[in-house]
Amino acid sequence: MSALLAIDGLHAGYGPAEVLRGVDLEVGPGEIVAVLGSNGAGKSTLNRAISGVVRARSGSIRFDDAAVTNHKPSAIVARGLIHVPEGRRIFPNMSVAENLDLGSYRRATARRAQNRERVFTIFPRLRERHAQRAGTLSGGEQQMLAIGRGLMAEPKLIILDEPSLGLSPQLVEQLFALIARINAEGLAVLLVEQNVMQSLDVAHRAYILENGRIVMSGSPADIRANPDLRRAYLGL
Amino acid sequence: MLSPVILIPAILNGLLTGAVYALIALGLTLIYGVLHIINFAHGALLTAALFAAYFTQKLFGIDPYLAAFALAPLFFVLGYALQRFVIGPASHGDDRNMLLVTLGLAVIIENALLYAFHADTRTIDVRYSFETIAVGGSFLALPRVIGLGAVLIVALLLWALLRLTDTGKAIRAVAKEKLGAELSGIDVAHIYAMTFGLGTACLAVAACLLIPTYYVNPHVGNAFVLVAFTIVVLGGMGSVPGALIGGLFIGVVESLSGLYLGESLGQIGIFLIFILVLLVRPSGLFGERA
Ligand SMILES: Nc1ncnc2c1ncn2[C@@H]1O[C@H](COP(=O)(O)OP(=O)(O)OP(=O)(O)O)[C@@H](O)[C@H]1O
Ligand SMILES: [Mg+2]
Repeated sequence: MSALLAIDGLHAGYGPAEVLRGVDLEVGPGEIVAVLGSNGAGKSTLNRAISGVVRARSGSIRFDDAAVTNHKPSAIVARGLIHVPEGRRIFPNMSVAENLDLGSYRRATARRAQNRERVFTIFPRLRERHAQRAGTLSGGEQQMLAIGRGLMAEPKLIILDEPSLGLSPQLVEQLFALIARINAEGLAVLLVEQNVMQSLDVAHRAYILENGRIVMSGSPADIRANPDLRRAYLGL
Repeated sequence: MLSPVILIPAILNGLLTGAVYALIALGLTLIYGVLHIINFAHGALLTAALFAAYFTQKLFGIDPYLAAFALAPLFFVLGYALQRFVIGPASHGDDRNMLLVTLGLAVIIENALLYAFHADTRTIDVRYSFETIAVGGSFLALPRVIGLGAVLIVALLLWALLRLTDTGKAIRAVAKEKLGAELSGIDVAHIYAMTFGLGTACLAVAACLLIPTYYVNPHVGNAFVLVAFTIVVLGGMGSVPGALIGGLFIGVVESLSGLYLGESLGQIGIFLIFILVLLVRPSGLFGERA
């Protein structure tokens, strides 16, 4: 099986600071892969490097059998790799519908209505609020919109960076159910989360990132069984 | 107090002058709103556009109003190319550097024009330069009335572009949320260049509206841009309706202060307003509060 996303020896950082120091990671087609790690470990930097907004200093990133290392973000989106960033980054001055339309900016206009319908089926709340200015949505609704906007691009792989941040326990519950649901439709997911337990419940595999390096990877059962990790990340 | 017989024409004429100011400000505010820089090359590019309008009339006998249909797309392409291939790359990925690059560009363009055409002041002769039309007892200069109409059309087109087209929506998206736009697949370098092109195209139209009644020399653009900058601040940095309304308002202020203080002091009123706005409401009339 060839991986959908294959990262090899990735180095990246900001100015003089090196944040990623040789990351190797793979996501197979249809897989949910969790990346866990403490604050500042470099999880978001990894996501940014994959989506092309932070330069890779060395190493390689392949997606869908093509090298995408340091390609423009717009070209990477066009290939079907979507990054729903930390902090949602929706367009506050535009309506929910306009936000969604911009999500399919790289896709044929003809399929837009159909994609929108799919998003509205997953998030009925967005249908109700389609004319509302996105900046006035509640935090949970904004997160739905951010994910919905990502789905509008017909991705093969969606990166979700802390999607549960700021959601009520009930909404977090729904979010993880949703991740399982879009994955069941064939979409691969790279999930960065603080909710370690729930992430391990939904993921097929997980990586632990520490100080810019992968220190462990394996099945959720392996991760749960590791005594060091239990102490460091699971609080057990 | 002056009688309405003098006041009303002064206000009407102010609106007409203000329309062209508004168009120049529209370009400036659009670029500011999206790229978040003050385009220091705006004045020099206006001068270049005035020369272009001047020479198309002088050399080819093409009426400036007709020339606008060719010069606007031409300057759009010029602006696009400048941002895409000069300003953008020269900024090395740091948007703040773009401001310095536009400053450098202004110096280069002005000096090139000075070298090519010397400091001479030039004008064109068109038969309608001094034609007037009577509106409710006031006599208004025909070229200025045409100018107001043209500016309203351009503003409407720009509004439609920003509201209704994918590119326009992408421009608004980049303006407010650059990272979110990038991650949605919007090519930010392209959108920056589109915006710069649109701003520069506004200057080409403004130049074609100005040249029948105005003159051109290698420095002429700067005076307009100083006024346009006041309008952008008054209307709210980055606000398109603010630039339009602010432009018309500033035109009236200039006309009235010229009336009360004398022609040569007309612009003093503008700068008093500028300072007043900065003191009282720095975010401008339509700007969002910081
Ligand atoms: N734009 C930036 N400029 C400079 N340093 C940055 C920038 N963004 C992140 N960093 C630094 O890089 C390191 C990794 O940050 P990153 O955001 O990738 O961590 P993270 O694992 O996502 O953390 P968190 O769980 O808090 O979101 C941190 O030390 C951070 O301070
Ligand atoms: Mg993070």
